Amino acid sequence: MRKKQHTLEINSLVIHVATPGCDQLPSLESAENYTLTINDEQNFLFSETVWGALRGLETFSQLVWRSPEGTFFINKTEIEDFPRFPHRGLLLDTSRHYLPLSSILNTLDVMAYSKFNVFHWHMVDDPSFPYESFTFPELTRKGSYNPATHIYTAQDVKEVIEYARLRGIRVLVEFDTPGHTQSWGPGAPGLLTPCYSGSQPSGTFGPVNPILNSTYEFMSTFFLEVSSVFPDFYLHLGGDEVDFSCWKSNPDIQDFMKKKGFGNDFKKLESFYIQTLLDIVSAYGKGYVVWQEVFDNKVKVRPDTIIQVWREEAPVSYMKELELVTNASFRALLSAPWYLNHITYGPDWEKVYMVEPLAFDGTPEQKALVIGGEACMWGEYVDSTNLVPRLWPRAGAVAERLWSSKLVTNLDFASKRLADFRCELLRRGIQAQPLNVGYCEQEFEET
Amino acid sequence: MEQRGWGLPRLLGLLALLAVQVPRSSASSYMGLWPLPLSVEMSPRLLRLSPENFHIGHDSSSTAGPSCTILQEAFRRYYDYIFGFYKWHRGPAKSHAAPELEQLLVSVVLDSQCNAFPNVSSDESYSLLVKGPVAILKANRVWGVLRGLETFSQLIYQDSYGTFTINESNIVDSPRFPHRGILIDTARHYLPVKTILKTLDAMAFNKFNVLHWHIVDDQSFPYQSITFPQLSNKGSYSLSHVYTPNDVRIVIEYARLRGIRVIPEFDTPGHAQSWGKGQKDLLTPCYHGHTQSGTFGPINPILNTTYSFLSKFFNEISTVFPDHFIHLGGDEVEFQCWESNPDIQKFMQQKGFGTDFKKLEVFYIQKLFNIISTINKGSIVWQEVFDNNVKLQPGVVVQVWKYGDYAKEQSRVTAEGFPVLLSAPWYLDYISYGQDWVKYYNVEPLDFDGTSKQKTLVIGGEACLWGEYVDATNLTPRLWPRASAVGERLWSRQDVRSSQDAYKRLTVHRCRMVRRGVAAEPLFTGYCNHEDRV
Repeated sequence: MRKKQHTLEINSLVIHVATPGCDQLPSLESAENYTLTINDEQNFLFSETVWGALRGLETFSQLVWRSPEGTFFINKTEIEDFPRFPHRGLLLDTSRHYLPLSSILNTLDVMAYSKFNVFHWHMVDDPSFPYESFTFPELTRKGSYNPATHIYTAQDVKEVIEYARLRGIRVLVEFDTPGHTQSWGPGAPGLLTPCYSGSQPSGTFGPVNPILNSTYEFMSTFFLEVSSVFPDFYLHLGGDEVDFSCWKSNPDIQDFMKKKGFGNDFKKLESFYIQTLLDIVSAYGKGYVVWQEVFDNKVKVRPDTIIQVWREEAPVSYMKELELVTNASFRALLSAPWYLNHITYGPDWEKVYMVEPLAFDGTPEQKALVIGGEACMWGEYVDSTNLVPRLWPRAGAVAERLWSSKLVTNLDFASKRLADFRCELLRRGIQAQPLNVGYCEQEFEET
Repeated sequence: MEQRGWGLPRLLGLLALLAVQVPRSSASSYMGLWPLPLSVEMSPRLLRLSPENFHIGHDSSSTAGPSCTILQEAFRRYYDYIFGFYKWHRGPAKSHAAPELEQLLVSVVLDSQCNAFPNVSSDESYSLLVKGPVAILKANRVWGVLRGLETFSQLIYQDSYGTFTINESNIVDSPRFPHRGILIDTARHYLPVKTILKTLDAMAFNKFNVLHWHIVDDQSFPYQSITFPQLSNKGSYSLSHVYTPNDVRIVIEYARLRGIRVIPEFDTPGHAQSWGKGQKDLLTPCYHGHTQSGTFGPINPILNTTYSFLSKFFNEISTVFPDHFIHLGGDEVEFQCWESNPDIQKFMQQKGFGTDFKKLEVFYIQKLFNIISTINKGSIVWQEVFDNNVKLQPGVVVQVWKYGDYAKEQSRVTAEGFPVLLSAPWYLDYISYGQDWVKYYNVEPLDFDGTSKQKTLVIGGEACLWGEYVDATNLTPRLWPRASAVGERLWSRQDVRSSQDAYKRLTVHRCRMVRRGVAAEPLFTGYCNHEDRV
């Protein structure tokens, strides 16, 4: 007795979205759950919101397979799915190296394939200022690598935001201050602190000058623009790696420190700056994310601040940092073990995959404050020649860790699926690098 | 290794004459020259080139002419590299101040070797005199012309008005080492022919002259053999993951046109799992006690059928690959399977090898060497073949790859009189975070204990890009510009060691590679002028 192959021809997938609204932007609170039912009676995708429908469509596309003869098949399936963490992000750095618009859009595509939902755009930094500001066009003209070619115009930014929205991806832009701001200097004279060599200015500049009113007028105007251009509720304000030596050297700042009673504690000065900046940004109705130094240096921040944990071992291990941050009732994002720019030989995706974001000592309430994490691709050694193979499929390991259940940890199981996913990426034209020896039916062909 | 032909005193004199026009203070006085030629004399006098008027041609006294394909192709290629991405339109007649460089005349002095394949003794030397209105590129053979054309193309830049500019200069150049190779591995991952050709392009930009094609291994056998078609039918990843005879021909000719030798490696007796799929009884059946386990080990060294197969196989290889040398592998032979096999145990007893399986390995390799000599080819082997006391004929080249104390290995091998290829410090598949090109650049291939005669036995080296984690998606950015560091170390003088100056030149060279369609990754933070086109 042979079991007869029972295949039905499927000619439609019916999608039912419960909540109306197609034209909004995704947010941290967006529901992304969906169910997928494929059987004899129906092919049905149900979701609360359009965002869930997008996630379900991606899953559906991953269920379709082809026989050796070329026929498309899908197995009877029942899927109930929702993400473990609501903030699943990827950071790109467009300051150390400019990334053409096509690279950013391509990254958003693959983020959608992996169910990432936040594009953390580290837009500017020390080396270059590619963001085309309309209130301060000199910033771009003097700060970009090349103001004709290495910039993001208002149109480019609009395009990125809409391209992301159509994929259920939020754009979280970062304008990192007061450190990491060298490129702001040429276009905004007086913004950065002049460093001193003894009693004379040395000619070099340090972080943003926190003692001048003009600084805050500038930031006020600048962040008014940023708040209007970037529609997500959150802005990333940076706040990492502020080098105090330039501030220390400056006599005006020394005076200010005395007047304010800060003594010799420049963390208090940093605090003073950040607090003022946060007030400015809150007044525009925005929330914010900051790097962990802001928390470590005891800056007084609002309770709804999100702290991004990026330092692996100092001042404490990142797990300990998560414990401290959540113990202080702040929400946290994990990035420390997910610096994908740190390449090594071999299948390093495994280490990335095995990270358990909630493996710290804390109450369930604390653990609930970890809202997700971000894989970071810093740009010192990365541009469009090597971005895609360096990002994919390694970032896929982070994607699963942030979406799937805590119990999904079997490396063999993940290895097989990630290898298949990689071949699927190749089929979709994505230059994802191999995980290990082997082959895909359709290899990548250079143009 | 002593340079052939160019004396040190002359070199020092030339260096003293250096006076250079630099566009920015942070640029190298040698602009974007890579690898740095033996001697460079640049004057501040500028010449401009007009894409419409400038052309490369054969000098009347040259032994080569328009029938020389290798040069005709090169002229066209380099014209494109120099002017190609520039969109010009016919503008007004000459009104510019600077004098024009109208022509580059190429003169081959000795018998050109136009239709020959390059070999380890090929003369790659050239001299380049850039003076208006006609520059002269002189070389003994076409190989030198190819090297000189690359250098010439590296001298040209566009000023801020877009004018193609070159400094009057005098360059004399030849390589320090004659064997400068790149190893690609098409067994762990199949590499499409296009990727191999692109690699050859990039190699030419960096003056590499050997493609070491590690074509088959345990995981797959993509080489389509005419004599034994089942090898690839059963051993390749799939029927589309193969190199047909035509593919191989294309690669060899593409390489030849760039002065690059193609040395295939058919690694045995280990690393040969994939051979067993299409060739029954070639591999040793492993045993679990008295029964076959179902798995297979290295090539079976005790059967006559093994050697008749190898003889026929390598006969084919010697006709398909024109280079004098074939790489026979010989690395990492695991003995457990041989040990487990009762027939092999008997054989060991008969031969009086006892339990020393190195002797069996030696027995195999010796018979393989005999086959290779019969077909009049030379052999290159990995260092284990030397380490395990195989009787090597003089002339067999030993490739040193094991990192631990490789300098000592170089001493040992050259002390026995064998030529050495250095690869140990240049395993480019071992990626790490940061500017690792510097450590490749800082290697000194002759930094080992030995007489000067011994040192002459180091004929060069190879940067290896093993394929476990590499395929067409990431090969180019992983190879370049890191391999460029190796390229300069093998071409330029021993005292060219400043990594600061190298950084300045290599960043320019890297952007040029990107411009020419090779997706070389960045060295550090920064940008290229034409990044949009990446």
